[in-house]
Amino acid sequence: MSRPAPRTAQRTAQKTAQRTAQTAKDQVARLLALVPYLHARGQVRLDAAAADLGVAPQQLVKDLKVLFLCGLPGGYPDDLIDVDIDALEDPEGDRVIRVSNADYLSRPLRLTPTEATAVIVALRALRGGAVSEETREVVDRALAKLEQAAAAGAATTPLVDPGEAPEAGLVELRSRLQRAVEERRQVRLVYYVPARDEESERVVDPHALSDHAGATYLDAWCHVAEAPRWFRLDRIRSAEVLEAHTTTEPEAARDLADGLFSRGEDLTLVTLDLAHEAYWVTEYYPVEAVRPGADGRYEVDLLVADERWLTRLLLRLAPHARVVAPAPYAAALHDRAARARDLYGRSTAGGGRPLRGE
Amino acid sequence: MAHKTERLMNLLIMLLVQRHYVTKDRIRDILYPGASDDAFEKMFERDKEELRSLGVPIDVGGSDPLFGDDYGYRIVQSEFALPDISLSADEAAVVSLATKVWEHARLAEATTDAVRKLTAAGVELDVAALDLVQPRLGADEPAFEVFLEAAQERSEVDFEYQRGTSPAVTRHLQPWGVVRSSGRWYAVGFDTDRGEERVFRLSRVRGEARKVGEPGAYDIPAGTDVRAVAGRLTAPVVETTAVVLVRPGTGHPLRRAASSVEHDVTGPGDGRWDRIVLSRGSVDLAAELLSHGPDVYVEEPPELREQVVGRLDALLAEVDR
Repeated sequence: MSRPAPRTAQRTAQKTAQRTAQTAKDQVARLLALVPYLHARGQVRLDAAAADLGVAPQQLVKDLKVLFLCGLPGGYPDDLIDVDIDALEDPEGDRVIRVSNADYLSRPLRLTPTEATAVIVALRALRGGAVSEETREVVDRALAKLEQAAAAGAATTPLVDPGEAPEAGLVELRSRLQRAVEERRQVRLVYYVPARDEESERVVDPHALSDHAGATYLDAWCHVAEAPRWFRLDRIRSAEVLEAHTTTEPEAARDLADGLFSRGEDLTLVTLDLAHEAYWVTEYYPVEAVRPGADGRYEVDLLVADERWLTRLLLRLAPHARVVAPAPYAAALHDRAARARDLYGRSTAGGGRPLRGE
Repeated sequence: MAHKTERLMNLLIMLLVQRHYVTKDRIRDILYPGASDDAFEKMFERDKEELRSLGVPIDVGGSDPLFGDDYGYRIVQSEFALPDISLSADEAAVVSLATKVWEHARLAEATTDAVRKLTAAGVELDVAALDLVQPRLGADEPAFEVFLEAAQERSEVDFEYQRGTSPAVTRHLQPWGVVRSSGRWYAVGFDTDRGEERVFRLSRVRGEARKVGEPGAYDIPAGTDVRAVAGRLTAPVVETTAVVLVRPGTGHPLRRAASSVEHDVTGPGDGRWDRIVLSRGSVDLAAELLSHGPDVYVEEPPELREQVVGRLDALLAEVDR
């Protein structure tokens, strides 16, 4: 699977640390999950329960010792929840958890609004990752039950939309590439390079899949370039998984955001003059600087690796962008635009096809 | 901590097993013996709040709120417990995969807690039957959590919003929900200044977004579909059928989308062309065709052709300025 961005991993780690820094509230939450878990299973070994519940075994024993003190308000021994502490603490004990007299806590607590939202949105996202119709149908069944569970409580139906489902073709491609990564098989790719408007064939060692800004990328070693490369899945025209095994090792996790806009290549600093309509460029590509100009326009500095890429972008933006510097880039844009315009002759009145050689 | 956990658990159990409302006096006698009036009030308030924040529904009531002896607190079992939804093995497997979707610490944790509750009854997992690729949902925008919470609670939000290089402006929104599109999160809701529905890109929120006023301050219009609202407020996709000439060996994405290709035809200028028919929905088909420069020539429809020529003329006038 794709690697989480290092930042996210770090945040999760911090959060876990905070969580193990104990609060009574967290302990109550654990106990309310523990009792239904044990109730459904009868007797469970301490280490198995700890693993299932994601709690350290020592912590679980501490939790059970508190549970041992809780119960009905009467205050008689029979009113308390019974836990076989000896079995867990005695050196001769069999380390099996036995809890009784806690039937009123046998049902799990209903979902909080945040839990309901988090799990339902996650499932909606999973639906988009279903490769087969059968799997999609399983997700739909689970989703219907969860929505029912959320609606029965005070939780509102979450107003969160995880985004457009990826195209079926891309989901299938991703699943195939994922398998190639796991089985360490080489893949023959036909890949479209927009800057050159060219489809090229190459054999790669697939190493990992990763998501960035709504697109999925394959991190692979390219045997043609003899270098690691990122391939955007929606530009892969075909991918044939080969019998041959990969010959390179995955390197340490590469950060996709840095990798996509590598600064190692030969880069040229280009200054553009953008109208408001073309402003989105500054949010879509990493830019060096944005300066407000006259008449609500913007002057933007951008590092460019390939002049052809920039010319295509500026033609797409026509007429809302022009090159301020350097001059050869401005000339390249002018040349492409003028040659395109020449195809249509002097006028387009009537909209018909111009005569040859007009 | 153990002592406080014990008190919280005993309060919960006491309110859960009673048939009637439990009076505050009784709760105090049994669970808070020896506490001063002040200390009891403080502890009891905080304990109720902590249980409620875990999702425990503590109900307040009784026959006579002013004089009745039975005015007090209770937890109704049917509201406390998760409804019995009994997941089958394949459904439970899908639900367990949900824990790996969020790349957002708080929501990842909330999903794990939810899944633990949902699978507490000990269902078998059958992952083998599933054929799916694991999606990831990140939410790096710091404002994401505030807008999500606000939409759940129906609290208004104040925030600084910046478009372009113009100064940030304070905006007020009644959030209806959040929508993800192309990897970015947007808040959808009713803009109280403009008096209309609006969509805000969360990455453009500057500083901290703040919930203001009371929860439940507004209603989300019945039948609101946040994705549809977001779609209405962004550029519409137009379905066009176009006939274009493409130089051989170029325009690969257009060829992929073509419904027919006629090779080796004549056209403007020297050399040969391929004629392709495109039928597709696009926000701006002219832009896509323009990006190919002199490798693409538009034949039909006339409006598209005029658009392309007009934009090229405007660009050339601009460049010659």
